[in-house]
Parts: sequence; structure tokens; C-alpha cells
Amino acid sequence: MRDALPNEGSSGSLMIALAGNPNAGKTTLFNALTGLSQKVANYPGVTVERKEGSWAVGGRSARLIDLPGLYSLDATSIDEHIASDVLRGEVEGLSKPDAVIAVVDATNLERNLYLVTQLFEYGVPVVIALTMIDVFERQEHEIDIKRLSAAIGVPVVAVNAAGGRGTDELADEIASALDVPPEPRFHLNGVGSAGDNAKIFARYKFISNAVQESVRHNDLEAHNFSERIDRVLTHRFFGLLILVGVLLVVFQTIFSWAALPMDLLEQGFGAIGDGVRASLPEGILADLLVDGIIAGVGGVLVFLPQILLLFLFISILEDTGYMARAAFLMDKLMSRVGLHGKAFLPLMSSFACAIPGIMATRTIENQRDRFATIMIAPFMSCSARLPVYTLMIAAFFAGQTVFGFVSLGAVLMLAMYGLGIVAALVVAFLLKRTVLRSPPPPFIMELPPYRIPNVRTVLQNMLTRAWLFVKRAGTVILAISIVLWALMYFPRSEPASATPALTQSEAAADERTGESGDAAVEIPLPESDQLQHSYAGRLGHAIEPVIQPLGFDWKIGVALIASFAAREVLVSTLSIIYNVGKDQTEESPSLISAIRQAKNEHGETVWTPLTALTLMVFFVLAMQCMSTVAIVRRETNSWKWTLFMVAYMTGLAYLAAFATYQGGRLLGFS
Amino acid sequence: MRLSELKIGGAADVVTVHGTGAVSKRLMEMGIVPGVKLRVVKAAPFGDPIEIRLRGYSLAVRKTEAEAIEVAE
Repeated sequence: MRDALPNEGSSGSLMIALAGNPNAGKTTLFNALTGLSQKVANYPGVTVERKEGSWAVGGRSARLIDLPGLYSLDATSIDEHIASDVLRGEVEGLSKPDAVIAVVDATNLERNLYLVTQLFEYGVPVVIALTMIDVFERQEHEIDIKRLSAAIGVPVVAVNAAGGRGTDELADEIASALDVPPEPRFHLNGVGSAGDNAKIFARYKFISNAVQESVRHNDLEAHNFSERIDRVLTHRFFGLLILVGVLLVVFQTIFSWAALPMDLLEQGFGAIGDGVRASLPEGILADLLVDGIIAGVGGVLVFLPQILLLFLFISILEDTGYMARAAFLMDKLMSRVGLHGKAFLPLMSSFACAIPGIMATRTIENQRDRFATIMIAPFMSCSARLPVYTLMIAAFFAGQTVFGFVSLGAVLMLAMYGLGIVAALVVAFLLKRTVLRSPPPPFIMELPPYRIPNVRTVLQNMLTRAWLFVKRAGTVILAISIVLWALMYFPRSEPASATPALTQSEAAADERTGESGDAAVEIPLPESDQLQHSYAGRLGHAIEPVIQPLGFDWKIGVALIASFAAREVLVSTLSIIYNVGKDQTEESPSLISAIRQAKNEHGETVWTPLTALTLMVFFVLAMQCMSTVAIVRRETNSWKWTLFMVAYMTGLAYLAAFATYQGGRLLGFS
Repeated sequence: MRLSELKIGGAADVVTVHGTGAVSKRLMEMGIVPGVKLRVVKAAPFGDPIEIRLRGYSLAVRKTEAEAIEVAE
């Protein structure tokens, strides 16, 4: 499916492109010019973000296209390729730009102007927007904008996007550049034949001369504020400690701040479900809406607060410049398994949720490195696995200690996180040596100066990404929710099997107090009975021979099938199947005792500590999250890679669970 | 000498960038062209990558990339 923007009538409105280096303040300027009129989509067929908005130039409305941040237009990366296509008017739905605004960072003038000299080759009028001029002047450098403009041959406008300074002047300069195109003083005449290097040298020579004529630099290094901060933040020893500390604070904040909105969302969806049920006649429509659609979509949207917060922190880390430092610190370790330093942050984010993590891999330029990172991101134990770990530990390992003082639960929890990390590193190592083999990625990364993030840019980034998640994952989640619901809902069991209401509640009460001993004589609640006879129940029976070597019976099989929608669904499915009502939580005593006492048809206990451990191992490694599947499909633009990920992760999970259970039995555990 | 051999804190002028591939081209596009002054600021915790400063900005490169850059003190 294509996220193409509607092709607006190009005859009346102007088309203006915004180009500039990463970290030059392009996004802030774009936000200031377009306000709330922004639309975000992808360029056809690729995951490069396409942002556009509308802006008024000299009484005419203009479409402002924000090109990806670029150092060069020589088409070595996807971003550069797309930008160059836009400038030549070769992108579907976009006409050739009438003018280009080149965003140039005054504090990094020479390298920023390199892109500008390339922009001249497209035969489109160029106007330079000079940003960060306040920072530049605070460093006591002096710049003569008129001279700079004369030396380059195009208009130069100083802008301060946050304060709105210079935006009117920029519009005026664009309007007059449309009437009389400025004549750049740089030409590649005759240089082209001498090869690429000669072109690069010629551009930098022109730039050095222009800068020399117009700028008087103060002693640069004495005022380098960022370098002083970096003495601590990228210190050989403290740098790593601080990185760990930053991540701890981020995760702690995400978990504690997200708890309340998550509860509210859960209650909200519950209330909507109740409301819908009350207003509709009993029957299949009400069941589909409430148990299928509202519960399914609600179950995923409940993670939205966490995802929003994670995006907020990623935006802040990016905007301050710390993200690049994290990649700098971790690159050596990441390169041992063939990954890029930039893979570190997406992987860390995946501990909260793989979705923002996978979306954050967009900063990795090499596609093979990016895919390798996407393929291993779901191994990081995300927050949806916590209810499963918690339930298993509470049921079988609570109150036990190792060495007399360390809680066994904590050790197991840590071991599960560790297992995910080890699996990710091993798989990355293997992938980078086989299907995703590529020469070690070059690491040429700017360490941008530290800056106080712009509140509006950060918030807008966060909201844009969160909305992309809702939109992208939404359709797939809706479809899978309905399929899973139908599997558990059909075929309908005979109404005759419904037992009188009184007996039902007695059975449930017995079960809740944990006194009901024999599961065979217990009278099931109607929802549990339905589940057993549904297609999902039959599937559970059908896969029993496959999961028996893991110590799982068909009831666990049903829960496993349901949890392929989302991991935490295991808890509610087990509650239904063990007849304790579906509104149990992972710490609920009745569910815990039902699990402990569950018996199979032969009267043997189903769950042992070894079964619980095996289930946890399975959950660390298996790909059980439809939202992640949907996002991987969107980000890789390939069903092949998506299915490969589901297949290899689940296969690995099965093998590891098999080894755990059978190995455990050989060692004499039960 | 190569940039990878330059000591931390050391400054030098770029003589040339070896190689013809995308990596050497990117290095030059980032401003590492003959005659430019640069300085090695520091190395990352495990000795690699290194941070260099040129044209008023900071750039991180791995030692393998730094080996392609010929400099003179």
C-alpha cells in the first residue's frame, strides 16, 4: 500500500524545496514556515519520510517540500537519491521545484555550503537561509551577510526560526528570485572532465574564498562549548557510565510515567466495550465489536503511552546531539558483531517496545545494516513480555532465593533479558556473515554541537512518529484481531452445554478460593467451554503433538496461539481457559492457583517450574506481536523479510524451549 | 603519515585521501580535502572510532577510514 500524498493542482501553487545538512536547523525552520499545515508520508516504495506543508510567498500559496537531511547530492544513499529526484522533478506527484531554500548553519559554514554548490547544478533558483546566527555571534565571530551573498551570488537571509526572525524576508527573497533568478558565481565549467575529486576540490576552493571574504573567525577552539561537555560525556570511562545512567533514567521514567495513562486507557476501552454491549442486542455483532475489535485494538493501543514517551526521549536525545555520542561510544562493541554504532539506540529502545526501535533504525544509512538491526530488535525483552514473566515467576518461583539473599525471581528475570541480548548478538553475527553480508559499514558521522532542543520540534517529532505507528499498525492489527476473535468464537457450542447460572458461579467461586481439587469434574464457565470447542481450541489440540516435547498441553497451545497477536494476551487467555474469568491480572491469586493445580486428561499436573521456565524461554525468543510484524513489513517493504523474521524467531524459540525442557528433565528437574 | 597514526591532540594538514570508492568520496565531501587543517580530539572508550575536528566541526571516523587519509604534521 502506498502512502502517496494527493497530487494537488500544480498549476496555481508554487513548489518550493527545503534542503540542508542534518542538524542545520531545517526541521525547526520547516515547522516555523508551515505551522500546523504539515502532512507526513513516505516516498513511493521506500521508507524515506516525505514531509510537506503550505507556506505563503508573496500572496501565492506554495507547497513546501522538506527534503531529507543531506551532506551531498551525489546519490550514494537512498536519501540523496530521493532528494536529487525531487530536485529534477522526477518524483511521482511532485513537479520540479520553482525554487530551493538552502538551510545553512552559520557555525558550520564551509561544510554546509558544499551542498549549496551542488544545488546550483539543478537550474533552480536558490536562496540561502542562514541559521544558528545567534550561536555564531555569541562565539564572537563576525559575519558580513551582504559580502557572503555577493561572493556566492545568491541571496542570503539570516533566520531565527524559533523567534520567527527573518521568515518574512525569506518569503520576499524567494518571490524576487522567482521573478529574476539569481546568478550563482560558482560554475563547474571545464572541471567536470577532470573527475569527481576535482569537482569536490573546486567546490571547497570556491567556498573557502567566499568564507574568507565575509567571515572573521574568532579563535575557534577557545570557544568550543561542546568539546568541553564531551570531556565528560564521551570520556573513556565516565562516558560509558553516563550512557548507562541516561538509559536507566529513560526506562525508569517510561515505566513509571506510562503506568497511569495505560491503566486509564485500559479502563477506557473496557468502558467503551461495556457501553457498546449495553446499547446493542446480544449476539454476534456485539461480540465481534466488543471482544474482537475493541478488545484487540485496545490491547495494542494501551502501549501508546509508552511508545509516545519513548519517542519523546528519542527526539530529545537526537535534538540535543547526544544520540550521535551514544553511537560514537558504542560503535566498537557493535562492530564486533558487524553492526553500526547507530544500531545501539534502536536496540535499547526495543527494551520498552520494538516498534519505536524498529522505526528508529531509519538513521542507519546502509540497508543491510538496517535490516540486520530490524531482524534482531524484537529479541530485546519488551514491556509486553513482563506480564508473562511476572505470572510465571509469581506462580512457581516466588519467595525463593539464591545464595540465601538474592531473589530467584530477579535472577530469572535478568536471565531472560540476557538470553534475548545473547540471541540478538549471535543472530546479528550470523546474518552479517551470510544473507546480509556487506563490507564493514563505514563510520563517518558528524558529532553535532550540543544544543538545547526546540520544544516544538521535539513534540512534533514525537506526535508524527506516534501517528505513523497508529496508522501503519492499525489496519493490520484490526484485521488480525478479527481473525483471532473468529477463531475463538466459532463454531458456537451448543446452548445445551450451558449450565445453570447458580452452579456456574459456585464453580467459579470454588476455583477462586483454590479449593476445587479435581479439574475433571469442574463445571466450566460458558466462555471457557466455548474456547475449548472453538477453532482455536481445536488448533490447540492439533498442535499438541508438536508442543508436547516442550511440556505444553493443548490448553497452553491455545494460549500460545492467541498470544501471537500480542504476548500479554497469554494472561487473559489462560484465565479464560482455566475458567477463572477473563479479567484476571498476572498477579491474581486465583489464576496462579488455577495454573498450579491444572491437570491433564490423565490426571497429571501440567505445570511444573520447568514448564514455566520453558514457557519463559519461548516468550523471550518467539515473534509474537502482530504490531511488530506490521511495522517490519512497512519498514522493510518486504513480506519476504517479515516472514523470514517470524519463521526464524519462532523456530529458534521452539528449539531453545525444547532444549530447556528436555535438558531440564535429563538433569533431573521435573 | 596516515591520520590513524596521529596522536590524540595532534594537528596536521591533509595531503590526500587514498582510494576511489564511496568511502573516500564521502570523506572528501565532508571537507577532508588537500590543505585542510585537522586535529584529533579523542578516541572512543575502546580506542575506536576517533573524533577529529576540521572546518569548525567535529567528525567521528573509524581507524580503518582514518588509514585512508594521508596527513603531514
